[in-house]
Amino acid sequence: MKTSLDRHSGGSLLLQSTRTKRRNAAETRFKLYGIAAIAISLLMLMVLLTTIISKGLGAYQQTFITLQVELLEKKLDKKGNRNLTDIKKVSTFGYAPLIKASITDTVEELGVVTGLKAKQMAGILSKGAAAQLRDYVIANPGRIGDTVQFRFLASSRVDGYLKGRVSRSSIENDKNITPEQLDLVDSLIDAGLIEKTFNIDFIVGADASDQRPEAAGMGVSILGSLSMVLVVLALALPIGVGASIYLEEFAPKNWVTDVIEVNISNLAAVPSIVFGILGLAVFINYMHLPMSAPLVGGLVLTLMTLPTIIISTRAALSAVPPSIRDAALGVGASPMQTVFHHVLPLAAPGILTGTIIGLAQALGETAPLLLIGMVGFVASNAPDSIASGLLSPNSAMPAQIYEWAKRADPAFYERAWGGIILLLLFLVSMNLVAVILRRRFERRW
Amino acid sequence: MSFVKLTTSALAIAAVSATAAVARDQVQVAGSSTVLPYASIVAEAFGENFDFPTPVVESGGSSAGLKRFCEGVGENTIDVANASRRIKTKEIEKCAENGVTDIIEVQIGYDGIVFASDIQGNAFEFTPTDWFLALSDQVLVDGELVANSAKTWADVNAAFPAQPIQAYIPGTKHGTREVFEDKVILAGCEATGAFDVLLDQASGDTAKAKKKAAEKACISLRTDGLSVDIDGDYTETLARIESNKNGIGVFGLAFYENNTDKLQTATMSGVVPSTETIATGEYPVSRPLFFYVKKAHIGVIPGLKEYTEFFVADEVAGPDGPLAEYGLVADPELEKTQESVSDEVVMGGNS
Repeated sequence: MKTSLDRHSGGSLLLQSTRTKRRNAAETRFKLYGIAAIAISLLMLMVLLTTIISKGLGAYQQTFITLQVELLEKKLDKKGNRNLTDIKKVSTFGYAPLIKASITDTVEELGVVTGLKAKQMAGILSKGAAAQLRDYVIANPGRIGDTVQFRFLASSRVDGYLKGRVSRSSIENDKNITPEQLDLVDSLIDAGLIEKTFNIDFIVGADASDQRPEAAGMGVSILGSLSMVLVVLALALPIGVGASIYLEEFAPKNWVTDVIEVNISNLAAVPSIVFGILGLAVFINYMHLPMSAPLVGGLVLTLMTLPTIIISTRAALSAVPPSIRDAALGVGASPMQTVFHHVLPLAAPGILTGTIIGLAQALGETAPLLLIGMVGFVASNAPDSIASGLLSPNSAMPAQIYEWAKRADPAFYERAWGGIILLLLFLVSMNLVAVILRRRFERRW
Repeated sequence: MSFVKLTTSALAIAAVSATAAVARDQVQVAGSSTVLPYASIVAEAFGENFDFPTPVVESGGSSAGLKRFCEGVGENTIDVANASRRIKTKEIEKCAENGVTDIIEVQIGYDGIVFASDIQGNAFEFTPTDWFLALSDQVLVDGELVANSAKTWADVNAAFPAQPIQAYIPGTKHGTREVFEDKVILAGCEATGAFDVLLDQASGDTAKAKKKAAEKACISLRTDGLSVDIDGDYTETLARIESNKNGIGVFGLAFYENNTDKLQTATMSGVVPSTETIATGEYPVSRPLFFYVKKAHIGVIPGLKEYTEFFVADEVAGPDGPLAEYGLVADPELEKTQESVSDEVVMGGNS
């Protein structure tokens, strides 16, 4: 019977035994698995990013039609006294004939032969054109009677035609646009009146109704998101840091603090929709805070973010070596001085990183907003002050994206992808700040 | 520390004062996702033409909207509920329990429900009977009710291709589901004679209770996965059809008209769905759309009355208005609605 020593004694140092070979092979295999895992996740990321960018970039370009519009006095100011209340009485429906007249004249001047009626010709313009005209007239009543040049948005179908989303074959059954209208668009492109340019309104503008996807923008919902993040920052950071300093540095270790600790970890794992229901019950139904307000959204997200901040802050605090505390206490600092003068500054990068990641999480959250009325056709009034930013109804970026993805017109779909690009940019830059802060201020012991 | 104290207390004060001081100055709407596009078109035009802020319109389904509507009176409840079906007696009772008594019903027009499939796929000419035979859990075979075993459309109607049955129908929280059940499944149930058999079998004390039980049995659908309830919006149904080319989905006419490059509609009882055939009543599967307004909020929420009147104005809801352009079939009795809105006539007669 051989001993284990005998089995090995036959081998040479230069020759690998079968077991060594097997072990080495296992290691190589494991490395390969790792590389494959990384490759797969990188591939997924690439697929995701290319899909988002290829589908969403179109939203940043928009088709515009330049037209000369005569602001007829007899239509817009029948009394002729430039009284703003009288001018305001003319609704956007009263402006539609001006646009029809303008496009008919333009087509005639260009000598384009078309069998289209004035209404069909005006159909290549956005439904928002009349509102644009009315806003201009109300802002400049003095221009009534003049002929003014306007840059109108083209309708979403025309925009899709220029972007290649809409073709003559795809609109066969479409009642919103006809091939004749596309012929007219072609001749207007030749005349240089239709052009596709960068569309800042997508980034700064407000949401638009289902009939004019071309006018919809993310701007107001970005403000809504920022207001919410502001509330979260102002509430969750002080409360979270305060709670963790007490728990970590001052609280006695007994079963009460143990229970609190366990519950904080539990709270971090609670699905976000639960916080939405809580927000509806407590903040809206009980405290009577306004519906759809970013303040309520911010409060709900604060509840959601608090555990994240507390956990990361406690980790940062406990990572500060006890020798720092001992030294400070040793030279006569009070426990509070020790914490605020020595421990907290050293833990700050960790705390900030945790906070920023918590905020980024809050920025991307939709579910709790569903129940407090922030998802829908909401982001249409741009707030004019910080107070109205907090209290007047608004949506949030992810909620706006969700809303667009639901709408019937495929042009909204493109905008949803475009919105995702913006949201990702925000998230990436927040994470970048977190990384930079950590790199700059982190200390190693 | 003082900074921390300051921010917390400042925010607390802000929150408390907001509670007391700020009155809501925008109209708050929620409800049917079928009405949502129309309501948002009106809300947008309302914001443009009036000095009131643009109303907030949320969706979530008729039942969900009416539930929120009936939660009570006050600024933290919605003012208007959109619905793609009429409010139920049960819901009116629930409303009354919570103090919502004076409800103004506004009918805005009609909407068609279409059956659409992938544009590359087979074309269908349906009758309600086909849908009943395809989706019901029990069908009549030689006078006996047996479990539905149809797997392809050819099993249902020999004229159809042997395409596997895969239907995407609206979930029960949608008002559209009810119309689908009433006008398609129930109609098919009666046409095949299954209704009479079910009526005989039905238990109940009165003839009315028996009829109700039979109707309920008629509209119970098969649960073997061939009929899928879609609780989301039509975009979800469209996505399902795009991934399963055999699928046939139930859509609103306006949604189909925005996606004619991907979908084709089936005819129902030989009629092609369009705003014209729905207006004349030839196309059988259509329903009126409504919204409900709390009278108690008129005069409290600025712009609520104006929004309601603007919604049914000729230039908005009329046959040439933006709503009709989007796919709404204008109500021929719009004038009557306008009158009752301006007089604030509430449901149940006495205004």
